[in-house]
Amino acid sequence: MGNHADIDRQVKGYLLVFATLMTLTIVTVAISRLHLPVAAAVTIALVVASIKGGLVASYFMHLIAERKLIYWVLGITVAFFFFVLLLPLWAHFEPIHN
Amino acid sequence: MEIPYTVAERPDTGLNNGKIGIWLFLASEVMLFGALFATYLMMRVGAVTWPRGDTILNVPLATLNTVILITSSVTMVMAWASLKRNDFGKFRLFMGLTVLAGFGFLTIKYIEYSHKFETGLFPHNNTFLAIYFTLTGLHGLHVIGGMAVNAYLWGPGSKLWKTDPEHFTNRVENSGLFWHFVDLVWIFLFPVLYLL
Repeated sequence: MGNHADIDRQVKGYLLVFATLMTLTIVTVAISRLHLPVAAAVTIALVVASIKGGLVASYFMHLIAERKLIYWVLGITVAFFFFVLLLPLWAHFEPIHN
Repeated sequence: MEIPYTVAERPDTGLNNGKIGIWLFLASEVMLFGALFATYLMMRVGAVTWPRGDTILNVPLATLNTVILITSSVTMVMAWASLKRNDFGKFRLFMGLTVLAGFGFLTIKYIEYSHKFETGLFPHNNTFLAIYFTLTGLHGLHVIGGMAVNAYLWGPGSKLWKTDPEHFTNRVENSGLFWHFVDLVWIFLFPVLYLL
């Protein structure tokens, strides 16, 4: 099975990521208490959530050292994901007027 | 006849079939939740007023659920690491904790939902509650699905460890990928629904 020294090193990384995720969760809640303007609040909340999501994907899901095919699959998925997210904004800011 | 590439890497992709399969499945899941996030965005930017989540929803309970789900991601990855270390006992411990954390998450969600229903807050009341129940309900179904697979691997499915440990470790890794995805979705749902 796996090389024990490598796994031990990875486990230390998991615990560090865990501590970071907990800290960022506290940061997320604390920032929401500041009642910032909506644009700033949304930006900060999404940046913190993206960092947390990136840590989970990179370390717990091992994306930091994955094969090229997986990166391609995810790259295409992320591109379509943002396209889907932008569609309603596009429709909102450029509405069709008959 | 043995199914090829369950453990061995395919010569063309450098990946085993299970891993390709689970990542393609997760890609479809990203689009499923992506469509619902886009729906949320469309309703929010189109609404004249939109309530802050914390005026309607219970932030302390949701924060506790975030802590539980993040902790369960760590126990999940520790379960996989235990198998890599040939420590089946630790695997049982960490996988058991992961399943228990899933129960904890759902119990808190049940308390949240019950309180909403008791105070007359239902999906049909307004668009905020409609998207809240849709997103968290779909996420909850994913938690149940992940728990079912993890519970199987903890219980009857673990027999495979005795006959084919690499294959079993592979299954746990793939189940873990799904569980981490469920955690990842919640990481975005929490601020979007409860805090903004």
